[in-house]
Amino acid sequence: MNASKKATSTAPYTVSELTRVIKDLVETSIGFVWVRGEISNLTLHTSGHMYFSLKDESSQLRCVMFRSANASLAFKPESGMCVEAKGEVTVYERSGQYQLSVYELVPAGLGSLQIALEELKRKLAGEGLFDEGRKRSLPAFPWSIGVVTSPTGAAIRDIVRIIRKRQPCARIILNPVRVQGEGAAEEIANAIDEFNRFGKVDVLIVGRGGGSLEDLWAFNEEVVARAIHKSEIPVVSAVGHEIDFTISDLVADVRAPTPTAAAQIVVRDKQEILKDINAMARSLVVAMKTKFTTMRRELEQIKSRYGFARALDVVRQRMQRVDELSKRTQTAIRNLLRQKRQLLDAGFARLRALDPHEVLRRGYAVCRESASGKIVRETSQVRLFDKVDVELYRGVLVCGVEGVKENEKRG
Amino acid sequence: MKNVADDKRGRSFEQALQRLEEIVDALERGNLSLDESLTYFQEGTRLIKECTGQLEGAEAKIQKLVSTEEGFRLEPISFSDEEDSQK
Repeated sequence: MNASKKATSTAPYTVSELTRVIKDLVETSIGFVWVRGEISNLTLHTSGHMYFSLKDESSQLRCVMFRSANASLAFKPESGMCVEAKGEVTVYERSGQYQLSVYELVPAGLGSLQIALEELKRKLAGEGLFDEGRKRSLPAFPWSIGVVTSPTGAAIRDIVRIIRKRQPCARIILNPVRVQGEGAAEEIANAIDEFNRFGKVDVLIVGRGGGSLEDLWAFNEEVVARAIHKSEIPVVSAVGHEIDFTISDLVADVRAPTPTAAAQIVVRDKQEILKDINAMARSLVVAMKTKFTTMRRELEQIKSRYGFARALDVVRQRMQRVDELSKRTQTAIRNLLRQKRQLLDAGFARLRALDPHEVLRRGYAVCRESASGKIVRETSQVRLFDKVDVELYRGVLVCGVEGVKENEKRG
Repeated sequence: MKNVADDKRGRSFEQALQRLEEIVDALERGNLSLDESLTYFQEGTRLIKECTGQLEGAEAKIQKLVSTEEGFRLEPISFSDEEDSQK
């Protein structure tokens, strides 16, 4: 078009024109490429843009990685380092030089797997699968734990051992899968789906023990990432060792560095929980005791208050009255008894007055006819010279009647 | 067979512990009547007994999830050292 038209014309290009033609040709015909080479002449400009060359045994390629692209680098590029760069060939018109505008840079040797991984990572990140906001918290006390791993690997043994030790009454359900090789990723994804349809587990541990990057590969596959993302049950990923980071780790709700750590994260130690419960039990008792003490103190306060004191006073008054009444009753009875006693005493006195001896004591005497012993009350009962006995208080006089005088008054 | 109640077990345990904490808090604040305090105390003691009982429960099984046409089945599985399970 433009270029071919110019080529047939005899009029010379200006430098700018030819540069523009080259630029168009280069930039439209090559597009995005991955280039492998060794970094040299690396300079980091104060603007944040990075300039370097990629070279191999016979050639060099000038490269620029703008700040916007190099800000997200996962490693620090250095001269002498073998890398793979993804970018497009552009022409810098001012110096007429072509260069690679680098958008992604990864250490070489990771190979095509790593490149695919980086692309998948970017894609899934773009869809929001790694967003922190969608990560769910794990259940605090799972009693049923689903595990997706190999039935023969070290991972399941570690998980079982730890859960048994920390929480013996937590149930472990394994959905056995192959964790490496052809079809492993599909099996893992399917196992996660199955657990979700089964439904009766509180949390899932998905993972395997350590291995090479290729061994762990299933956990970098999109189908696994999507299954984890879709899972209604919270997922803990536990792939390889501490240093291994897979896409599963990024999608999972929690990433455990190892299967052992996953088990520790998922179940709390029984002894710890018991310790917490015991602490609460103690607090409960202490609080209750405090309550009692407080109540007792309040009671004391109420008792000492006037109102309550008055109420008590009424009671005391009544009690006093009862005492008083009973005392009065006793007095009354005692008085009654005393009166009766006095009456009795008076009776005795009167009786005593009637005793003949008492009369004799006062100087009277009793005169009896000696022969008959009859008491002589009148002079007519005796004749002159009859014998009479005169009884005195002490002793008896034996007398003869020598004369009689009539007592006019008594007649 | 796994009973459905087992499902709710984790949640109820968590709720029981939460409730226990509330009770301890309420009692410690001390502004309850004596009657309320006693009710709380009794509930707390019951929860402690329940939770401890659950923790001290029998050792749970290790099982394998097997998918069939009719649904899912759980089979026993063990992890003795010479164990070399299928699949």
